[in-house]
Amino acid sequence: MTVSTRQVDGVTIVDLSGRITLDEGSTLLRDTIKQLASQGQKHVLLNLGEVHYIDSSGIGELVSAFTTMRDQGGELKLLNLTRKVHDLIQITKLHTVFDIKDDEAAAIQAFSKSA
Amino acid sequence: MNATRIFYTLDSTLESVDKAEAAVRAFALKAGFGDEVSDHISLAVREATENAVLHGNKCDPHKHVTVLFEAAPESFTVWVRDEGKGLDIAAIPDPLAPQNLLKESGRGIFLIRAFMDEVRFRNLNPGTEITMIKRVRQATREGQAASK
Repeated sequence: MTVSTRQVDGVTIVDLSGRITLDEGSTLLRDTIKQLASQGQKHVLLNLGEVHYIDSSGIGELVSAFTTMRDQGGELKLLNLTRKVHDLIQITKLHTVFDIKDDEAAAIQAFSKSA
Repeated sequence: MNATRIFYTLDSTLESVDKAEAAVRAFALKAGFGDEVSDHISLAVREATENAVLHGNKCDPHKHVTVLFEAAPESFTVWVRDEGKGLDIAAIPDPLAPQNLLKESGRGIFLIRAFMDEVRFRNLNPGTEITMIKRVRQATREGQAASK
């Protein structure tokens, strides 16, 4: 998995690409989120548009990212779920937890409204 | 009735999880399942193998995980066996319960059950065997419905 971050209007967008599984992307995602939290970033948007495979460990990492930001007084939203990731989020009922967006500009605006 | 079987003995490593996932996906595609159903089967096998490596054998290099695939006309069956202390399936919490939704782990067996038509556990004393079955006719219907 590859991770890159960018800043748009006070929101940190984390672009993820590849697989989020126990041995591939989980550690990288966790380290990225911890680093953002330690830097005091409050608004994080995880762009999963190029994530085409995720397992239960990867789902656990998304939950961890969500709770890490929440516990720091911040907020994390998900952007551009692929069908496979969307299906798993639905099956595990995590759509009731995550704020899921499919438009980047609208997602950024949603952060500013909730700030 | 013709059935094709493939049998693997794998080390208790995360590389084995990837190997089992890739192998079963290729086997499912060859057996005639579409991409989506093959993905579901391979994710179930990934989760089962991950459980066997991490929770069953606890990555013990002296223990192995065995994976058996069988493609028959009516069903596609996968058995995953570990050499661990056994699994108390009744003690596994429901990951959909409100108090468990934000837990980082505990969704593997739930996903296996969600994606396969029949799932059984057997205590091998020592070890655990999970049997995962996908019905061919049911999977075909689902594939046809998804393509409409």
